[in-house]
Amino acid sequence: MSLTLLSSILVDGVAYAMILFMITVGLSMTMGLMRVVNLAHGAFAMMGGFLAAKIPVALGVPIWVGFVLAIGLVALIALPIERLLIRRFYQRDELDQMLVTIGLMFVATAGANVLFGSSLTSVPLPEAFHGTVDLGFRSIPRHRLIVVATGLVVVIVLWLTVDRSSFGIRVRAAVDNAPIARAVGINTKLIYAATFALGAALAALGGIAGAELLPMEPSYASRYLVTFLAVVAVGGHGNLFGSFFAALLLGIVETSMKYMVPQLASAAFFLTMFVVLLLRPRGLFGRHV
Amino acid sequence: MSAVMKPMAHVAPSQSRQWMSCHGEFMLLVVGLAAFMLFPQDLGLLTNMAAMSIFALSVNLVLGQAGIASMGQAALYGSGAYVAGWTALYLSTDPILGLMLGGLGGGVVALLSGAVMLRSTKLTLVMLTIAAAQLLLELANWASGITGGDDGLSGFSIGPLFGVWEFNFIGSTGYFYALGVLVLVYFLLRNLVDSPFGLTAKAIRQDPGRVEALGGRVYPHLLAVYTVGGLLAGFGGALTAQTSKVANLSMLDFQTSAGVVVIIVLGGRRRLSGAVLGTVAFMTIQHIASTLNPQHWLFVIGLMLIFVLIVLPEGLIGIVDQLVLLARRIGRKGSAP
Repeated sequence: MSLTLLSSILVDGVAYAMILFMITVGLSMTMGLMRVVNLAHGAFAMMGGFLAAKIPVALGVPIWVGFVLAIGLVALIALPIERLLIRRFYQRDELDQMLVTIGLMFVATAGANVLFGSSLTSVPLPEAFHGTVDLGFRSIPRHRLIVVATGLVVVIVLWLTVDRSSFGIRVRAAVDNAPIARAVGINTKLIYAATFALGAALAALGGIAGAELLPMEPSYASRYLVTFLAVVAVGGHGNLFGSFFAALLLGIVETSMKYMVPQLASAAFFLTMFVVLLLRPRGLFGRHV
Repeated sequence: MSAVMKPMAHVAPSQSRQWMSCHGEFMLLVVGLAAFMLFPQDLGLLTNMAAMSIFALSVNLVLGQAGIASMGQAALYGSGAYVAGWTALYLSTDPILGLMLGGLGGGVVALLSGAVMLRSTKLTLVMLTIAAAQLLLELANWASGITGGDDGLSGFSIGPLFGVWEFNFIGSTGYFYALGVLVLVYFLLRNLVDSPFGLTAKAIRQDPGRVEALGGRVYPHLLAVYTVGGLLAGFGGALTAQTSKVANLSMLDFQTSAGVVVIIVLGGRRRLSGAVLGTVAFMTIQHIASTLNPQHWLFVIGLMLIFVLIVLPEGLIGIVDQLVLLARRIGRKGSAP
């Protein structure tokens, strides 16, 4: 295997992995915290992408501002969904949770189709994303570098938030034992809502950053649903670094197969998922429940 | 003496109830024939409904009765479809042989995949079933030489049923064939669900630990249930392939798995009749809404799913039960002097 091929695989694989990580980390958090399987999570990424494509044109603001507005808007949309709908399903079994969020995904798909049209939509990127960076032995598209950097920033900020901030302490308390957390005066309702909205915002960020690889379309949520679930399952839900390394593993496996045996890339992806789950049913870094 | 008589007195009503419950198959037959009379233009759709109902019954057994959380049932359904297609292409055009081999195909896939997966539970099991189904889909896509890839497997013909009735252009033979298989499967499955085998499956759903403590063997039993489910799903897939003369990759994909789970939850997951009712409701909505606009259909089914989950955990069959109860009460009042 030549060095050029290896470096291409690494760059594209890691960039793809960071996109997967950003989109799925919110899903993993809500599954760890609220024990809710949100199959509509991909819809938040889709909403972020579509809004980021439309807002700068509609409002005449710079693209950067459009991105921020899109992410904020998605978080705002997520809040009532958690409060009015998902909250009712915290105590129900996994199947009911999956089905109600499938219903939500269907509605989001139909809505996106009405609002944004049924064609593939690309998200226009700011100037800074274009062009390449010369590393001496080869050049790398700037977009890939920015995506990887964003992914690393997200994992570090999230780690600091969960590990160091008082909000993080409350979240971890609620994950470990929600009734006791409530008993010592932690407002778990607020934490659930905030985490859900944060997860949705991160999905929107991932959707925008990854629009070049996973283009926006109304069926986005269902098309990539299984991929997103695979990352969460392999990482072990509710585990920040689990999601991170699972995304790296699956992203690099799929990308390297795409370069070498493209027909079997997806098969390799799901085979990896299957084997990991058989050997470690709670995922790579899953905690015993 | 009276102590002996009492339990015997208890036996009588249960026997009469068993006879009463044969009404399920009878109703199915009558409604099926009525549908044939009323909608002669839509025989293709009605045939698909019958085949899909068999698939939904399979999921009812696996998920509704035994509580095996699976989102990968399309793997079994699609296997049945492809095996039926291969049978017609390379072996024999006899529909019954194709149906049997299709069921066998679904059953074998279920046995092999279930043997690996069924030690897991809950979310891990859901993810494993999804991964296994996706793996099979990708392999089928890759092996386009034998599966036809994106174009699907087609170009096979099906011989006359029992060597007598040709599958004609208007599709009446196909419809009666599918309806007959559905009624038969319903009858067999109802007896299976009420047998000790089915009762043990329900007990496992409610409390696997207790079944284990009572001496039941959970894993082999679940594997047996899953294999029977695979057999039935294979029948459904084979019927679909034979009557529509095509087997394609969409029969293996996640949308199909999710769709059938949506069907049994809409109809009522604990009851066999719910599976049939759910299929008819789902496919009717799909048919009507998608002729208006393909996206409206998703909107309608999405909202309906959310509504049913919040308001009607029993599914649509719950409404029917309420209506029957109401009718009985009114009837009793009316007959009272």
